Amino acid sequence: MTPLLASDALAAFGQFALIGLISGLLYALIALGYTMVYGIVELINFAHGDLFMLGCMLALSFCYIFNARTEDDAGTTAAFMAIAVMLVAVPLFCAGLNLAVDRAVYKPLRNAPKLAPLVSAIGVSFIFMNIGLFWRGPTDITFPKLLLGETNLVAGSGLRFTSKDLMVVLVTLPTMLGLTLFVRYTSLGKAMRATAQNPTAAQLMGINVDRVIAATFAIGGALAGVASVVYGLYFNTVNYQMGFQNGLYAFTAAVLGGIGNIPGAVLGGIVIGLVKALGGAYIGAEWSEALIFGILIVILLFRPNGLLGARVREKV
Amino acid sequence: MQADVFMQRNVSLERLTYYRNCYNVDGVVSVTYDPAESVDFTLFEEFTVDRRGFMKSAAGMLGGASLAGIAGCGGCGGSDANTIKIVSSLPRTGSAQGQTNTIVNGIKMAIDDYNGEVAGLKIDYTDMDDATAAAGKWEPTAEAANARKAVADEDVMVFIGPYNSGAAKVSMPILNEGGLLQISPACTWPGLTKKQEGDTSGEPEVYRPANRITFCRVCPTDDVQGPLSADYAKNVLKAKKVYILDDKELYGAGIAGLFEAQCKKIGLQVLGRQSIVPTQQTFSEIAGTVAGEKPDFVYFGGTTQTAAGRLIKDLRTARVACPIMVPDGCYEQAFLDSASAQDLENVYATIGGTDPSLLKGPGEEFVKKYKEKYQKDPEAYAVYGYEAGKVFLEAVKTVGKKDREAILKACLATKDFSAGAIGTWSFDADGDTTLQQLTISKIIDGKFVPQVSQNK
Repeated sequence: MTPLLASDALAAFGQFALIGLISGLLYALIALGYTMVYGIVELINFAHGDLFMLGCMLALSFCYIFNARTEDDAGTTAAFMAIAVMLVAVPLFCAGLNLAVDRAVYKPLRNAPKLAPLVSAIGVSFIFMNIGLFWRGPTDITFPKLLLGETNLVAGSGLRFTSKDLMVVLVTLPTMLGLTLFVRYTSLGKAMRATAQNPTAAQLMGINVDRVIAATFAIGGALAGVASVVYGLYFNTVNYQMGFQNGLYAFTAAVLGGIGNIPGAVLGGIVIGLVKALGGAYIGAEWSEALIFGILIVILLFRPNGLLGARVREKV
Repeated sequence: MQADVFMQRNVSLERLTYYRNCYNVDGVVSVTYDPAESVDFTLFEEFTVDRRGFMKSAAGMLGGASLAGIAGCGGCGGSDANTIKIVSSLPRTGSAQGQTNTIVNGIKMAIDDYNGEVAGLKIDYTDMDDATAAAGKWEPTAEAANARKAVADEDVMVFIGPYNSGAAKVSMPILNEGGLLQISPACTWPGLTKKQEGDTSGEPEVYRPANRITFCRVCPTDDVQGPLSADYAKNVLKAKKVYILDDKELYGAGIAGLFEAQCKKIGLQVLGRQSIVPTQQTFSEIAGTVAGEKPDFVYFGGTTQTAAGRLIKDLRTARVACPIMVPDGCYEQAFLDSASAQDLENVYATIGGTDPSLLKGPGEEFVKKYKEKYQKDPEAYAVYGYEAGKVFLEAVKTVGKKDREAILKACLATKDFSAGAIGTWSFDADGDTTLQQLTISKIIDGKFVPQVSQNK
C-alpha cells in the first residue's frame, strides 16, 4: 500500500485542510446561486440544491449517450466528448430550468408577501427531488470516473493533491473570479447591483428590472450546473437526495458569509468545507453537522449580517 | 399517521361495518370488527365532533378500523374459512429490491410446490412493502403498519419477514402480542432471539411482551458471521491491524461489535472504530482518518442502503488499498452496482448461509428451477425465502386445520426439517435455526466469487 500521509500530525492536518478546501469550493459554487438570487429579490431559493441534483443527473445522461460508462473509458475520445458536452449543456440546462421556474412560479408572486414565494420554493424543491427519484430511482448511482486524475502532484511532501483536485480549483476559481468581474464591470452587472440596492429607483433610471432578475436566475442556475458537473466527476456518486444535503450546506455557507454578498458566499463555503473536514477528522464525523450549525449560530450572534455582510453594503 | 387517519374519517365510515373490540399498541388504537354485523356510526361522530378529549382516540380507532377494513376486504365477501393467508413484509422499494425480489420468488416457489393448496386450505399470498420511496429503505412506520394489518386479519397465519434486523425490532412486539407466527428469512442480529453479552437493552425479552416465543428465523445469525470474518482476516488475509466502521444501525453496529470482540480475542490490533452518518454525501474525512492509521484490513458493518458503496469509493480515493470486508447486508447485486468494479477490487463479502452456487442436492435443484422460472440467477437469500415458506406450509400440513395457535406451536417445534433446500435443521428453543453456515466471497470483476464456505 502506498503511504498516503506522513505520520506526523502536521501533514495529516494539512491533508484534512486540503479535503475541506476542495469541498468548500464546491459548496461555494452552489452558495453563489443562493446569494445572488437573495441579493436581488430577497428570496431564498430552496429549490437551488435540487436544481444542482438534476444537473448531476443530466451530466450522467451525457456519459451514457457518449458511452463513457466506466473507468476504462477515461482518457478516450468518448470521455473527452462527454465532459466537453456536459460542461456546456448542463449549465445551459440548469440556467434554463431556473429561468423557467422563476417565470412560472416566482414572478407571479413578486409583489405577494415574502412568505408566499418562499413556500413555493420549498414546493419546487420537492418537485425537483421527485423528478430525480423517477428519473434515476432511489439508489446511489456510480458516476463514471472519466478523469485521469489519480497522480499526486505534490508527491514527497506527505500530502496528496491530485490532478482531480486541481480540476476543481481550475474550474471553480476562474468561475468565481469571472462572476465578480462580471458584476463589477459589465452594464448588466451594474444593473444587477442597482436593482439590488433599490428596484424602484433602478426602474426609474430605465433598467428593465424583470430582465435583470431573469438574468440573475439564469446565472445562478448556470453556476449550479457547473458545480454539478464538477461534483459528479469528482465524487463519482449521485443520488436524488444529494441536492438536499449539499443545498443545505451551500445555503448555510451563504448565510455565514453574509447572504447577498458574493465574496461572502465563497468565504462561507470554504469555512464550512474546512469545519466539516477537520471536525469530522478530529472530533468525529457524527458531530460535523452539529458543529457546522453550532458555529453558524455563534457567528450570527456576534455578526448578525454574516462574516462579510456588514462591511460591504452592496448586495449581489 | 394519526393526522392522516383523521382526515380519512368519512372514507373509513363507509368501509366500516361494525366495531367489536379495540386495543392499543404504541398509542395507536386499532379496531377489529365483524363484517356480518352493522354499527351505529353516530357514536363515532359524537366522539369526534363533540368531545375534544376523545377526538384523538376516536380518530385512531377509525383509522385502525380503516386499515383493518382494507386487510379484511382483501378477498371481499368476508373471511373465508377455507383460505389461509401468508403475508411477507420486506423492503420492496429501494436498493434492497433486487434481494427481496428473489426472496418473494422463493416464497412463491414454496407455495407452488403445494399447488396453492395445503390440507384442503387455499393459500393466499400478499407481498407487503416496509420501505418508502422517499427513504429508499425500510421505515419503522411502514413495518409497524404491516404488522398491525397482519394481526388484524384473522385469515393471516404467518408473517414472513422482515429483511432488516432493525425492522424486526419494530414488528416483533406487535406480532408477539397478536400471537401471530413470524418467520424471518434474513434478519441476522443475534440479540433478537438470544441475550448478548454486555447487553443492557433487555433483549430479547423486550420483543416478547406476551412472554412467549412467536419469532423464528431460517437464516444463520451474525454471531457466526462476525467472529468468522475476523478469523478469516487473520488466518487467510494475514491482517494485523484492522480498522472498523459501522452505520450505527442495530444490524450494522451489532455485527461490527461482534467482529471487534473477536479481533480482541484472537489478538488482532484494532486501530480504531468509527460510525458513519449514512445520509452524508461524502466520507472523505473518515476515509482520510482511516488512511492515516494505515490499517491492513478494514471492516464495515452496514448495508448497501447505508452507503457501503459510497464509503468504499471514498476509502479507495484516499488510497486505502487493503482488503475491505462487508457483511451480508451488502451481499446483493445492488451493492455491486453502487461502486465501480475497480473500487470493489479486494473487497470481501460474507453471508451467514450458503451462496446459491454452492448448494447441493435439493438446493441445486431449487436453483435450477428458479433459473428456469425467472430467467435469472437467484440472489443469496432466495433460498431462505423458499425455506421460510416451506417450513410454514409443512407445519400447516401437520396441523391440518386453520388455527393460528396450533400452527404457531407446530412450526416452532420443527425438528430435523429436510423438506427445504438447504439441508437438515431444527428450530432451537429460541426459534433460531441449528444450521450455522458461513460463506466468504471475494468480489472479482463485479461478481461474488465464493472463497470459503464452512459449517460452525
